[in-house]
Amino acid sequence: MGDLMGHDLTRQSASTLADAISQGEVSAEEVTKAHLERIAEVDPRVHAFLYVDSDDALAAAKGVDAKRARGDRLGALAGVPLALKDILTMKGVPTTCGSKILEGWRPPYDSHVVERLRTSDIVILGKTNMDEFAMGSSTEHSAYGPTRNPWDLERIPGGSGGGSSAAIAAFEAPLAIGTDTGGSIRQPAAVTGTVGVKPTYGGVSRYGLVALASSLDQAGPCARNVLDTALLHAAIAGHDPRDSTSINAAVPDVVGAALNGDVRGMRIGLVRELSGAGYQAGVEQRFREAVELLEGLGAEVIEVSCPHFEYALGAYYLILPSEASSNLARFDGMRYGLRAGDDGSHSVEEVMAITREAGFGPEVKRRIMLGTYALSSGYYDAYYGQAQKIRTLITRDFDAAFTQVDVLISPTAPTTAFKIGEKVDDPIAMYLNDVATIPVNLAGNAAMSLPIGLAPEDGLPVGLQIIAPPMTDDRLYRVGSAVESALVDKWGQLLIEEAPAL
Amino acid sequence: MSAHADELMDYDQAVSLFDPVIGLETHVELGTNSKMFCSCPTEFGAEANTQICPVCVGLPGSMPVVNAVAVESTIRMGLALNCDIASWCRFARKNYFYPDMPKDYQISQYDEPLCTDGYLDVIVPTDDGPQVFRIEIERVHMEEDTGKLTHSGGDTGRIHGADYSLVDYNRAGIPLIEIVTKPIPGTGALAPVVARAYVAELRNLMRSLGVSNVRMEEGSLRCDVNVSLAKPGEPWGTRSETKNVNSLRSVERAVHSEIERQSALLTSGGRVIQETRHFHEDTGRSTSGRSKEQAEDYRYFPEPDLVPVAPSLEWIEQLRASLPEAPAAKRARLQESWGITDFEMQTLVNTDALDVIEETVAAGVEQSAARKWWMGEFARSAKEQGIELSQLRVRPADIVRVEALIGEGALTDKMARQVFEGVLAGEGDVDSVIAQRGLVVVSDDTSLLAAIDEALAAQPDVAEKIASGKVQAAGAIVGAVMKATQGQADAAKVRALLLEKLGVSE
Ligand SMILES: [Zn+2]
Repeated sequence: MGDLMGHDLTRQSASTLADAISQGEVSAEEVTKAHLERIAEVDPRVHAFLYVDSDDALAAAKGVDAKRARGDRLGALAGVPLALKDILTMKGVPTTCGSKILEGWRPPYDSHVVERLRTSDIVILGKTNMDEFAMGSSTEHSAYGPTRNPWDLERIPGGSGGGSSAAIAAFEAPLAIGTDTGGSIRQPAAVTGTVGVKPTYGGVSRYGLVALASSLDQAGPCARNVLDTALLHAAIAGHDPRDSTSINAAVPDVVGAALNGDVRGMRIGLVRELSGAGYQAGVEQRFREAVELLEGLGAEVIEVSCPHFEYALGAYYLILPSEASSNLARFDGMRYGLRAGDDGSHSVEEVMAITREAGFGPEVKRRIMLGTYALSSGYYDAYYGQAQKIRTLITRDFDAAFTQVDVLISPTAPTTAFKIGEKVDDPIAMYLNDVATIPVNLAGNAAMSLPIGLAPEDGLPVGLQIIAPPMTDDRLYRVGSAVESALVDKWGQLLIEEAPAL
Repeated sequence: MSAHADELMDYDQAVSLFDPVIGLETHVELGTNSKMFCSCPTEFGAEANTQICPVCVGLPGSMPVVNAVAVESTIRMGLALNCDIASWCRFARKNYFYPDMPKDYQISQYDEPLCTDGYLDVIVPTDDGPQVFRIEIERVHMEEDTGKLTHSGGDTGRIHGADYSLVDYNRAGIPLIEIVTKPIPGTGALAPVVARAYVAELRNLMRSLGVSNVRMEEGSLRCDVNVSLAKPGEPWGTRSETKNVNSLRSVERAVHSEIERQSALLTSGGRVIQETRHFHEDTGRSTSGRSKEQAEDYRYFPEPDLVPVAPSLEWIEQLRASLPEAPAAKRARLQESWGITDFEMQTLVNTDALDVIEETVAAGVEQSAARKWWMGEFARSAKEQGIELSQLRVRPADIVRVEALIGEGALTDKMARQVFEGVLAGEGDVDSVIAQRGLVVVSDDTSLLAAIDEALAAQPDVAEKIASGKVQAAGAIVGAVMKATQGQADAAKVRALLLEKLGVSE
């Protein structure tokens, strides 16, 4: 461990900072202050944060310093700052989900993820921007304005978790929490040159995660390198009895796997259906190079077919809106958040309708209407019922593929970051961004996005998606770590270091 | 609503023209300590919104967890109703907007109920003796209760027209089971009585299983009553559904008045519309609610926040083996063993006295004495206080003790009543009430003879009559002695001493 004196604390990895804090080379307070200053400097342009909790962050950091002074044992990420997606509850801190309808709501309880972060002495800097209720792939659907991609401020940072990915790409925080329903951790990671993991469904408790689509939602770690991602993954994963879908089994050894990147003898499947039409040439080029790299590292790469993936997007856009239409019903102005039209002249039903009309943005309304329609009597079997059958077929495609290979790979997103405004009026074009990530959510697998270079035509980051069977999340880190070390050997640094200065 | 809808036909005439088909959906709050999907307490009567948490108020991000005791109670109820128990079933969301619904959906069960296809036999007294009706059970499923709305202002007591409404979410998330019958044809004029007997028997069953106290006065049992009419031999007519019928008497009245209403409608050329009706306790009649012909679409789908309920066969069999004796079997057994009539048994059941009497007999009291006390003094006291017999302060052990003291001659009947008066008033157990009230049988001859002398001196004419052999006059002297000793003497002994003193015999 080198001396951090004189170095920019915001350019360091989470593990470097944690080591330095535990060694006493730097205080957690200094680390937090440095990041708060960086936020003050660059966030007016990036707009990654919706809320910065400076006082509580500094208090938490001082608490870590006090613990160290007492000689208490510190956790692996103690004192390291983190950006939290604004869809997870944190007691007393505004939680908006990027929506006007929740403006001003301060939850009276911590989500499971926040509890685990606190237990790990991770310092939460604030809440990050997102597409409203996580519906979107660009963060343009936030009611509080878009977040910008630190690589090019005219471009989107991905979505729905664009705030979290932009915060780490802009060096405002070394760690972030995202949530992934159809790619909302992985696609932002891909387009910002960062690492993001969607753990196995049930791997991280959803308690306190405001539900978009309960059967698809999963919180996960975001960072600038594989090891930091694994350390954060280990901090938040594990069984929680308050989430019935939480898996009661030991968390795979993700940190051990990240420290032991080795793909020799591994069988890796290239999904035939996740390439070709719709995929940007530079994305495919970098992906092909990554395949060659893996082969060079001793993995056996074979092509596999998942024939039902072509129906994944269609099934997803029936299941997600159906669940969302029900999950978002509670935002009715009766108990918390916005209430509109309560002027004594309207009935309770009218107040609910006026509140929802005023509080939800167009994409949320679109999906609520889609879901309401899909669940309606007479249409249920044709829409929701059929979509569930496709879901089963996609899971079987994965099962069959995993009898042949240990992990599957594909590009994370078909294109690099597009321009703000380019697709906002074309929902189908926007939905196609998640064509490669959605099958994973439908089947409940684990998946990672890892930067593998810049597309030659636009100089923007490209992501490699690695997919593993449920509860083998460690494989993601084994492969990810091997690829990352090989690329760092080649480039002399992480890809993110090539991002232009803000 | 039109006046036309309110016209009723005479009941006897109605059932002579039409055969009623009835159906009942009964919601009962389970007696679990915690709610269906969170650990909040379920106690009734707490201050509004003090028994709530993020889960039962449906705060964003909160998640339900199934109460295992509620699942067990539902399975036991299903088994007692002779149902099949699903080896795998899911909860479903019933979506509709209403301010008493924290999530604007209710977690219930839809096409995968936990228990299906059972029956319950109910016995109804008729002029030709008791008649058994087999009520077929369609399903028994679990769901969560809603919050409770109170509307202020306006004259309807409903949300429309109210100045403001208050919501108490203490009730939100209380576990409910819903028991749905198949359509019940063939009850004829007895339909209202059969409906009542069925709900009463359900209540008895739940109490005997210990899955619910079924406190109807707290609204813990609510019935929806379906009625349709058909001319003999013709297909069943359109049914109406009368909601929130919350007492046994109301169930009977609701069926009765709906038969009268529909038959008046049908004979005057009208048609019954499929609708929800509201029952009014004060008039015993119902008024039209919303029409089901624009049926609400609840957009049911499987609850994705919960994993399926999959009770193992071993567990189900274990629960089946541990079921208590069915109430009907128990009644038959006790009636036989106590040698009492159908009518007497029916009275015990109607007074809810069967269990306490059985307990008292099991504790060693003779059944006639047990019945005498519970159906007499105690039933009166419970009625005065508006509580149930089992809630009285007196326990079977108290009756055992009192009966023993009577047997020993240490208490008279009158004194025994005074003892129980004290016990019921909370003065302590039998022995401490006796001690505090100084209830001691006066039995030493000297003081009794002194009292007899005094009484004879006060009524010399009576003394003369007795001495002349008119022993039936002795009652006046015995009465005076009992009065002088404040009932604490043994009357038989006083009489014997008196006759001995006057030298006459019976
Ligand atoms: Zn609760």
